[in-house]
Amino acid sequence: MTTVLQARGLTKHYGHVVAMDNTDFDLRAGEILAVIGDNGAGKSTLIKALTGAVIPDSGTISLKGEEVHFRDALDARKAGIETVYQELGVAPALDITQNLYLGREQRRKGFLGTVFRKLDKPAMRRGSARQMADLGIRVQSIRQKVETLSGGQRQAVAVARVAAWATSVVIMDEPTAALGVRETNQVLGLIERVRENGLPVVLISHNMPNVFQVADRIHIHRLGRRIALVDPNSTTMEEAVAVMTGAKSPESLGGRA
Amino acid sequence: MTDTKPADAALLEQGEDRGGPVRAFVSSQVAGPLAALVLAVLVFSLTTSTFLNAGNLSLIATQSVVVGTLALGQTLIILTAGIDLANGAIMVMAAVVIGKLATDGNALWALVAGLVVCLVLGGLNGVLISRFSLPPFIVTLGVLSVLTAAARLYTDSQSYPISSDLLTILNDGPSIGGVDITYGVMLWIGLTAVLGYALTQTAWGVRVYAVGDNRAAAALTGIKVKRVLLSVYLTAAVVYAFAAWQALGRTPTADPSGYGTANLDSITAVVIGGTSLFGGRGGVVGTFIGALIVTVLANGLTQAGIDSLYQQVATGVLVVIAVAVDHFVRTRQTR
Amino acid sequence: MNTTRRLAAAGIAMTLLTGAAACGSKDEAASGGSGGDVTIGIVELNLSNPFFGTLEKATEAAATAKGWKVMKAEAKVPGDSATQVTAIENMIARNVKAIVLDPANPTALVDVVKKARDKGILVVTVNATLTPIDAADATFATDNTNAGKLIGQWAKGTVTSNPRIAMLDFDLSDGPAGGRHNGFLEGYGIAEGAPEIAGSALTKGTVETGQSAMENLLSAHSDINLVYTINEPVAHGAYTAMKNKGVESKVTTVSVDGACSGVQDVKDGIIGATAMQFPSKMGEMAVAAAAEYIANGTKPKSGLTDSGTVLITDKPVAGLESQTSEWGLQNCWGEK
Repeated sequence: MTTVLQARGLTKHYGHVVAMDNTDFDLRAGEILAVIGDNGAGKSTLIKALTGAVIPDSGTISLKGEEVHFRDALDARKAGIETVYQELGVAPALDITQNLYLGREQRRKGFLGTVFRKLDKPAMRRGSARQMADLGIRVQSIRQKVETLSGGQRQAVAVARVAAWATSVVIMDEPTAALGVRETNQVLGLIERVRENGLPVVLISHNMPNVFQVADRIHIHRLGRRIALVDPNSTTMEEAVAVMTGAKSPESLGGRA
Repeated sequence: MTDTKPADAALLEQGEDRGGPVRAFVSSQVAGPLAALVLAVLVFSLTTSTFLNAGNLSLIATQSVVVGTLALGQTLIILTAGIDLANGAIMVMAAVVIGKLATDGNALWALVAGLVVCLVLGGLNGVLISRFSLPPFIVTLGVLSVLTAAARLYTDSQSYPISSDLLTILNDGPSIGGVDITYGVMLWIGLTAVLGYALTQTAWGVRVYAVGDNRAAAALTGIKVKRVLLSVYLTAAVVYAFAAWQALGRTPTADPSGYGTANLDSITAVVIGGTSLFGGRGGVVGTFIGALIVTVLANGLTQAGIDSLYQQVATGVLVVIAVAVDHFVRTRQTR
Repeated sequence: MNTTRRLAAAGIAMTLLTGAAACGSKDEAASGGSGGDVTIGIVELNLSNPFFGTLEKATEAAATAKGWKVMKAEAKVPGDSATQVTAIENMIARNVKAIVLDPANPTALVDVVKKARDKGILVVTVNATLTPIDAADATFATDNTNAGKLIGQWAKGTVTSNPRIAMLDFDLSDGPAGGRHNGFLEGYGIAEGAPEIAGSALTKGTVETGQSAMENLLSAHSDINLVYTINEPVAHGAYTAMKNKGVESKVTTVSVDGACSGVQDVKDGIIGATAMQFPSKMGEMAVAAAAEYIANGTKPKSGLTDSGTVLITDKPVAGLESQTSEWGLQNCWGEK
């Protein structure tokens, strides 16, 4: 299996605080990789480094085998890395199509598009309908305003948006934190659909049952670095939490992935 | 988005509207204001003998153009969840600059100078609000205060009579079937159409709505929020320059003390027109109707011989209704 | 919520800004002189109409000519008595000897004026009166009722048959506006609500509000032939409305003020007659009264002292004293 996104020896200091301490990261093609860690373990700095929001002091990041240097989030986005954020990243008064294409609107071909900057609404509607269908998201109409959707459906729109534009990696930062049980399951199903459609997913979550339900591998982060990379089929939830909190040494886990 | 798979007709169906254009219109934000306008016209047509005739209706349109044009610019700003308390003062400043320069110079250059004044002042608002993230309410309140004084200092509180044909041309116009339609009214309709197109048919428009609706989400999608905000304040400034030209056409006097409540009047038109003060909802067609409603009330109540103070009461009641409807819409849908 | 907090912040900041504007009183030292320890307060209603600027400048010039120091404050919007109350309180604290006040509201300032007078400060009002009028030591103002009466009488003698009157008013709770309105009706010899009145509308005393009001009234009553206006800018706007409708030659307009631009409108036939007021004289009379009080403690005559009103018209009516627009242009105020 090829590695899509890889990091080696990432380090980041903020004054005397070490946010990343020589950490590694590996994401393979076609997998859901969960990243877990206690609060303050440095997960979010790692994710920010991978998405261009933070520039590491040292270490390397490679995307599909080539070393990359993201200067900002736009660089990472251009490289095909898209992120779904914990807070709902949708505009409620806009409709589903407008949200899916926000910031990447398509214009009409020819004169209407170049001179009058006219949007190609039919094409965007077709594209959104296809994207929603590909991910199995059911809504009444693609022209529905997002505010008329349930919380789960809204997050589904956010996921659909990101999955539509990502060409190499989808990162999801606590995508179910604000959702109820049923809606959480919808979004987890969606994450699996994204993987089936060919994109590897990095899932940052505090919710261990969720992680064990969908992850192919689990990256355990502690004190600024990856201390274990485990297979959820050969590790129990209790063991993973124990390693994450330092109650157990990583070496005690047998099944390294 | 990549078009790798053939479109599946059944799946695409969910992209189609159900209920057709009638239902779409009823649920749109224009329906409420339009109903209010029709109701007001009906009431005054039935209660007075002088309201419903071509002359009076064209008068109402003519009387609406100045605040109506200002309100178009105000709409853009309110859509971004901003507010512009200085728009009337910017317009008056431009008008007196035009009036003073045209008194002993070329009217066309004076008009260009008025546009520059608007762009500089609108740009100042825009930079302070976008680049420095200052609250629009405070920035434009400050600019309002400075400009009110500046216009009086610049003119020594004198008015300048306007005689140039170019500057007053917007008060002229053809008579179509006995109805006088001024170029000013045509310009107002034209500006509404152009801005309506820009807001609904271009990427810029979608981004303006997105920035007003959920600024954080807009920024996360890579929209350059500050650039969008600045573009909105500059576009509004151009609209204000047209408003200054309209004002000179309508009342051929550049009066530094005129239009003292035009800022609030423009906000009233925007709100009655169904645009949300919280941003992201509404549009210029509603504002166009909102401006007409305010004028119809003033015109109709005066003709019916009702004390002018009741005009303010009626307008105030409409504002409260509009805000309540907006609140209801937002809370019902944000479950 | 973020929005709530932002709104609250905006509200607080607005309060601060208005507060700052209210505290916009400034000290202006006189250019030395023997009476250097005498300070008087000038509390104005400085609206954009040059009338107020003329009044304020005349008052200040008369005071500094006597070698006094001047403490000034201005309310910038109609009816803003709060700014004036604060200013008078500050002046009491600074021990001014006299206060010249153009009250923004007839009753709102009565209490603070009493406080000042109880401290031995002479308070005279200019341009408008307090209610009751003896709440101040004296008032120097245009007798606005008389001004209205003059143009009412002139109108009666000019528009003789089938009068159809439009009343373009300003908020009638404003003292001068009410006086002119009532005076006009009295001079014309009709009562409020008389059938001769075709319609009335409220303006903000500006050109464009005068125009809109006149347009609306003309639309309903095309037979209007006499227009009462609260001031000359409103008359000018009303004329534009008539001209747009092509009825300007059939309508007679009367007004009050006597600003140079208004007198010019009389000369140009836009306004039939106007009642000229004399703002500089008001200020000078007020300062003279203050000087008398400071010198030997003599208070001026209580009540309204008329600073004078002159009817300006180029179409005199028999038995009614008036001056021509030529004379008016010699004696008007504001920019010529």
